[in-house]
Amino acid sequence: MSNAAPQPVIEIANLTKSFGALQVLKGVDLSVEKGQVIAIIGPSGSGKTTLLRCINFLEEYDGGSVRIDGVEVGFSEANGKRRRRTERELAHIRVDAAMVFQQFNLFPHLTAAQNIMLGLIKSRGKSKAEARSIAERWLARVGLSAKIDAMPGQLSGGQQQRVGIARAVAMEPKVLLLDEITSALDPELVGEVLGVVRELAAEGRTMILVTHEMAFAREVADRVVFTDQGKIMIDAPPALVFGEQPNERLRAFLARFAGLQLPAPTPAR
Amino acid sequence: MPSAGDAMSMIFETLPFLLGGLWTTLFVSMAVVVISLLIGIPLGCALVFGPAWARLPIRLYADFVRGVPILVLLYFIYYGLPALRINLPSLLAAIVALTAFKSAQIVEITRGAFQAIPKGQTEAAQSIGLGLFDRFVYVLAPQAVRRFLPPFINSVVDTVKGSSLVSLLGIVDLLLSLQQVIGRTHVALPLYVLGALMYFAINFPLSALSRRLEKRFV
Repeated sequence: MSNAAPQPVIEIANLTKSFGALQVLKGVDLSVEKGQVIAIIGPSGSGKTTLLRCINFLEEYDGGSVRIDGVEVGFSEANGKRRRRTERELAHIRVDAAMVFQQFNLFPHLTAAQNIMLGLIKSRGKSKAEARSIAERWLARVGLSAKIDAMPGQLSGGQQQRVGIARAVAMEPKVLLLDEITSALDPELVGEVLGVVRELAAEGRTMILVTHEMAFAREVADRVVFTDQGKIMIDAPPALVFGEQPNERLRAFLARFAGLQLPAPTPAR
Repeated sequence: MPSAGDAMSMIFETLPFLLGGLWTTLFVSMAVVVISLLIGIPLGCALVFGPAWARLPIRLYADFVRGVPILVLLYFIYYGLPALRINLPSLLAAIVALTAFKSAQIVEITRGAFQAIPKGQTEAAQSIGLGLFDRFVYVLAPQAVRRFLPPFINSVVDTVKGSSLVSLLGIVDLLLSLQQVIGRTHVALPLYVLGALMYFAINFPLSALSRRLEKRFV
């Protein structure tokens, strides 16, 4: 066996999704290879967050398919009949596409370490001691060793989001999904969070991020995907997307960000 | 008119009788609260997490019972049910009626406690691979408990106060025992004050606890 084309980690084909009468995704195709960082940009309402949430089936798609390492996420097929997966099957699949949320969504009754340990123990089958040492390691990675036993309510937004990232990436997912993870942060806290993501990208983790941070997308992404009106209009390397751009919709969209200066990212300590 | 000293000694003589009434009040309240928890919490969870066919009857039950005066429930069960050959002794009828009402309240409090949890909590738990059971036990229930306790304790206070309705079925609770002593002695004011203080002595610590919990958790 030699040189078979590598199977993509994520393979999305003809994905459709409607909310009532409104069709949010109108047949989306996207494939992501191991180690790639994909930034999804686009106007609000273009379907980018919905697309991301379909990948781990937080949003139930109507048609088409999402495969992680070849495994269909939301449905299984038996005798030609499509059946929604059970919660148990979904739980197994979802760990491979852990998500970081715009609103952090830390568990407020658990400490920073316990937030990370819960999934490790319950879905990855780690012992408490193993989970604790993994949590310690990740909190150190995101510069929060001092906050290991802090409750989320005692942390700043930026610190909470770094715990959120640690909680997701500690699961060693096949793909990490980042959903506008800096949008709820005060501007001065954005840099510390992006610093963590930059490091994760550098070590070759597969990531899909929905973002409004154009400079950051340009910097870390291998490919930038521009969604508009429920479709992927452009899927290209950042140099092309942010360079001379013939697509009028994209030009109009990017024009709104022109002149916006991002705060200089500080590396995570 | 008896003198003040006579009134004092009379109160002391009747104290054991009044304490008997107080005991009945406490017993009825505790029975109602405990049984209502056992019924109300599972039904409340079913209302939040259950399938539609289970939610509908619970919804109807909770809305109906909470929309009817407790006194009507009490009379219905004690005076109405015998027509269906269901004869309950007064104490049991009282507990059944108050429990029917209280469990509907607990259903609502339980539902509210879970529904106040942001949807992102469930999504975060799903995204780290927790199944239904783990999500409930480790993520949702601990947060629901904090939201459940303050309104629940207020509801216990209401139960203790509302249990005075059982005196209308001739059950000698704190209120009826007071009235009987007053009927015999014609000393009303000091006895009502004493009775009010007894109710207060039970309920004040509960209200204080509820306030403290609210401060701590909300």
